[in-house]
Amino acid sequence: MIFQLIPSTIRMTTPLGYAALGGIYSERSGIINIALEGMMLIGAYGYVIGAQISGSEWIGLLFGVCFGIILALIHAIATITFHAEHIVTGLAINIFAIGVTEYLIPTSDRVPGLPEVKFPLLGVYSILVFILPLIMILSHLFLYKTPWGLRLRAAGESTEALKTLSLSRARWQYFAVIVSGVLASLGGCFLSSNVHVFTKGITAGRGYVALAAVIFGNWRPLNGVAACLLFGFAATLGLENRWGIPDQLLKSIPHILTMVVLVGLVGTSKPPKALGRIIT
Amino acid sequence: MMSKNHPIQLRHFLDTFLPSLIAIIGFFVLCGVTLIIRGQSPWEFYQLILISGFSSIDDIGSILFNSTPLIFTGLAVTIGYKAGLFNIGCEGQLYVAGFAATWIGIHFDLPPFILVPFCIVAAMFFGGIWGAIPGILKARYGAHEVINTIMMNFIAFAIMSYLVTSVFQEPGQMEPQTAEIHDSAKLPKLAGLIPLLPQSNSLNASFLISCVVVLLLYILLKYTRWGYELRLVGNSPEVAAYGGINPGRVTIWVMTLSGAIAGMAGVADVLGYHYRFVHSFSPGWGFTGIAVALMGRNHPFGVLAAAILFGFLSKVALDVELLLDIPHGLFIAGQGLLILGLVCMEGYTKIKNQ
Repeated sequence: MIFQLIPSTIRMTTPLGYAALGGIYSERSGIINIALEGMMLIGAYGYVIGAQISGSEWIGLLFGVCFGIILALIHAIATITFHAEHIVTGLAINIFAIGVTEYLIPTSDRVPGLPEVKFPLLGVYSILVFILPLIMILSHLFLYKTPWGLRLRAAGESTEALKTLSLSRARWQYFAVIVSGVLASLGGCFLSSNVHVFTKGITAGRGYVALAAVIFGNWRPLNGVAACLLFGFAATLGLENRWGIPDQLLKSIPHILTMVVLVGLVGTSKPPKALGRIIT
Repeated sequence: MMSKNHPIQLRHFLDTFLPSLIAIIGFFVLCGVTLIIRGQSPWEFYQLILISGFSSIDDIGSILFNSTPLIFTGLAVTIGYKAGLFNIGCEGQLYVAGFAATWIGIHFDLPPFILVPFCIVAAMFFGGIWGAIPGILKARYGAHEVINTIMMNFIAFAIMSYLVTSVFQEPGQMEPQTAEIHDSAKLPKLAGLIPLLPQSNSLNASFLISCVVVLLLYILLKYTRWGYELRLVGNSPEVAAYGGINPGRVTIWVMTLSGAIAGMAGVADVLGYHYRFVHSFSPGWGFTGIAVALMGRNHPFGVLAAAILFGFLSKVALDVELLLDIPHGLFIAGQGLLILGLVCMEGYTKIKNQ
């Protein structure tokens, strides 16, 4: 039993982990990122488009990430340069992403997937699974052990801090949002490369769940990914149906868990102080 | 006084709705540009838009029919927004409410003047509950209503998918849908009342109900104590609390009311069009409601106008897809850009005026 639960938990956690790390960058710099969902979706779509055009999974990955960066840039321009409401902007981007994936280029079935590593007893994993812990540790070191990470966090803690050092808050925010686009779209690439095809609604709200994991993980990379493990496990329970509960209802376990977790965090979560603050 | 007042009001009106105007023009220009990229003629597209929208009373009836659920969801988002809350959960609320209306409509056989209000009240009750839960979680525990309403959408959708494919599926049918509601629960079509409107037109009494709700909300927001409290909490919960208003209580009743109004969109479909609960009957009305509310500048009458505009767009989208083979996704993407343009303009002017 455990040998079945572990692989599928890891597979469910990976896309969430990428998106959550992306969300941490963005939110640490003070930009609320509801657009994670759209960035994942467009990443999944870009992967299939790239792989379909070129026949190569690497071009797919490149396309997915580039698409993600484009969406991130839109989010950054709207929220940072035009001071637009972060949440509405994020929702608009998610709607835009849904439209684009249905409109731009029709996707074919069966594109090549990313290289996989096989373990005896523990199953087969895409290489993105192994890159995730690496990025998680690097993100932790970057955010907490380097002066750049300190500046990025300062952008999210106060609207004035960077100005007193004559540094640009906006520039760090742009950087952070773009990184979050790269990471979230990698999560999307993982989704579509795993099943070799893009389907409508492939992300199934994972971007939002990842955002809850960010909050649950107190905006820290290690805790955030740990929270994703919890959500990944919950999603696995939804797949492994052994209790005779209808499938449709089991699929909503991660969503219910998200609400429970958010409610359970009363007074314990400390968001970056200037998160979502629009005034310059 | 009149002559002095008038230009100022007009000016104010223009200032308020100018961004909406720019956004919609930008939308049509962008549509043209993407068509050129796809190698199709934009002129054909623009011509078709005019033809599909305004060539007969039938067309106008269809536009108003399309706009009905959007009026409800747009108002639901608006009332939340006024109180500083984002109700992204209209989609889930309208499904839950629609199901409640269906259940009552199937299981009770009463005269129309009792059954229809009964269905509506039940629907608004359950839609209200679905909205109240995130409201309570926000007020009591500080859990963010945006994520919670989105999660409630998924949960509602999961429950509905289960119900219409199992317990409540129409016997002997493959389609994921319930049995038909009783005739006495159906809302009458307006075809008989409006001259030149053909019987085939789906415009029904739910449109009239939506207009009444627009009016009621306008009065509520502008002339009642509740409306005042709501706006105060929206502007600054701290000031409101200082003034003796309990922001948490306002949050809960606003989310409840918002859910109830969003639920009416489900009623409009179940009692006014499909006469049963059809699996995933909403093409995203809850999300379009956000665009409608922004476009209508969060004003009930503005929402009415914006919903009619979006009703027009969705009709055009259908015609364009059929006749010019332009996928529906273009309009969804365009909707996203429309919202984006609006919030950017809003944010930019706010900063500039400071």
